[in-house]
Formats: sequence, structure tokens, C-alpha cells
Amino acid sequence: MNLFRFFSKPQSAPAARERLQVLLAHERASAGGSDLVAKLKDEILRVISRHMQIDQDKVSVKMERGEQMSTLAVDVEIPFSAVKAAAGRKKAA
Amino acid sequence: MGKVIVVTSGKGGVGKTTSSAALGAALAQNGEKVVVVDFDVGLRNLDLVMGAERRVVYDLVNVIQGEAKLTQALIRDKRVETLYLLPASQTRDKDNLTPEGVEKVIASLKKAFDWVICDSPAGIERGATLAMRHADVAIVVTNPEVSSVRDSDRIIGLLDSKTVKAENGERMEKHLLLTRYDPTRAERGDMLKVDDVLEILSIPLLGIIPESMDVLRASNLGSPVTLADEGSAPSRAYFDAVRRLRGEALPVTVPGERRGFFGKLFGRKAA
Repeated sequence: MNLFRFFSKPQSAPAARERLQVLLAHERASAGGSDLVAKLKDEILRVISRHMQIDQDKVSVKMERGEQMSTLAVDVEIPFSAVKAAAGRKKAA
Repeated sequence: MGKVIVVTSGKGGVGKTTSSAALGAALAQNGEKVVVVDFDVGLRNLDLVMGAERRVVYDLVNVIQGEAKLTQALIRDKRVETLYLLPASQTRDKDNLTPEGVEKVIASLKKAFDWVICDSPAGIERGATLAMRHADVAIVVTNPEVSSVRDSDRIIGLLDSKTVKAENGERMEKHLLLTRYDPTRAERGDMLKVDDVLEILSIPLLGIIPESMDVLRASNLGSPVTLADEGSAPSRAYFDAVRRLRGEALPVTVPGERRGFFGKLFGRKAA
């Protein structure tokens, strides 16, 4: 242990800075978008279900906030029967 | 048409009311008409900090509910004649603040004053969102401390989404006011530095108010620090902040305490 350390406690500000940077990066990603993502998911579901039957639980909407730009990923699982039903409806019309 | 400024922070006890009073008094000393509005309904304190606690007759809620005229509720400062205070209610709760009522009051204040300073309550609920709603400029008061910085980040998010400006797709002008800063502790590495906070929050710096006995002294006396002792370190920092608010490009420094000979010899704590 060097003499300086012996007389003073280690610096705490760098830890504060690092903890904040990690925490806020996480909070900004989740808090900023939660409301918007829920709304988007709701509206996307409504549009798709007008044309085919889908399972609400098999739809994932994700927003990732970056420094320069953000990305929106929509992942919808469509069962085979729903595609057939939609095609069948088109033929009948 | 006056400019509406909200002084906000999320976290309590960081110096919103102190800063609202100090900035208001500093702006008014140039002869411009200033009103400082207390939005902390239920827990008003701006009246006390400004030394007008015994002159409150009507308040913001009375005006919103139509029980008093705006001119009846406004209190003129006894020291600076262009400085006014609109107190909050002490007995009612924050549900008495309606969005329509606040909008009307702010609109009339903007016509009569050059600066309308809204002193926000702590938190992110109704009182705080209504205080920021009609602002043209936001001053985010932050202490160099983790919980204050985190809450300021939240408030910045709200300023960019829940204000009239944001809803109209305009950019809200935001400034950071770093209060209770201790350069010695920051230099020692035991307090977040100005640059750390600026990097994390990434909004422009309006001023650095050093931690000082003069702030408590002024509130004890019921006087904004910029009136109580104009030459003190925090006062000089507030006066500089006001010059920047007016658009002057002034380099930001931390005004130091003036020490006498013995103060210089013994005042500085050992590292």
C-alpha cells in the first residue's frame, strides 16, 4: 500500500460516473419507449388481424434507442392456417 | 410577450426554490418585470424564501378557481419593485391545479411580465408536469450526486415529451444549473465533476452555483441570495447565469469564496 492510499480513501466520483452511465443508458432505452411501443404494438396488431388471424402472444415489438438513430423491430409469427384462410377469402371474393 | 421559464429537477432539496428566487431577483434588478410562480401546491415555500410569508392573502389555486383576481394574488417585493411573487396554496391539494386554469394564468402573466419563472415541485406528477407544460425554457437544477443526476435525466425526458412545445414538435430549450458544487471535493475525486454531469445529461450549462453558507444565510433572512449579498460567490454565479439566460456568451467559471488572510491560511481543508 502506498503512502497516498494510506492517508486518503480511494476516489469515489469515477464509480458514481460509471454507475450512472450504465444505469441511464438502460433507463433511457426502456422508459422513453414503453408507452410508444405498447401503442405501436396495439395498432400493428389491429391492422394485421383485419386480414388474418394471429396469436397476440406471438407478436413482438422492440424499440432500440441508439445515439444516432433508433430501430424498431416487429416480429409477427403467422400460423400456416391463417395464411390459407386469408388466401381462401381472397379467392371467394 | 414574456418568456416562461420552468425551474425543475425531479429530486427534492436540490435548490429549485432557492434558484427560482435568486434568478428572479437577479433578472428584476435590471428593471425588467419578473414574476416567480410557486407550483408546489400543499407545500409552498417560495413565499418564505422570498420573505413574503406574512403577506399572502390569495394564491394560485384561488385564481384558478375564480375566487380571486390575478392582481389580488400577486405580491410585490418590498426591495425590488419589478419583482412579484404568485404564491401556491398551503391548504388545498394539487388536484386543484387544472390544465385549463394553469394555461389561462400563464397566458395572462406572459402579457404583463417580461419573465415568468415557474418554481416546480419535486417529483414527476401533476404539479411538476403542469409547471413545465407552458415553458419556453427549462432550467434543470442538479446536484453533483447520483440520485439527483438520475432524476434530472428523467425530467429531461418529460420536458421533451410532456410539454406544449414538445407536443407541437418544437425543441424545448434546456439548461443545466449545477448547484451545491464543491470544487475542492470534485478535484479530490469525491464529487462528480462539472464535465461528468454535462457528459451524462448532455444539455448546455447555464451556471455552477458553489456550495456556500451564504445560501442558508439568505433563506434564514427571507431574502433571495442575489439580494441578500450581491457580492457573495453564489450571487455572482446567479448573476452570471442570468446574463447567459439573456443570451450573452459568457464562459462558465466557479466563483470562489472571498477569503481573508487567515481564511487563506487556514480555510482550505486538508486533502
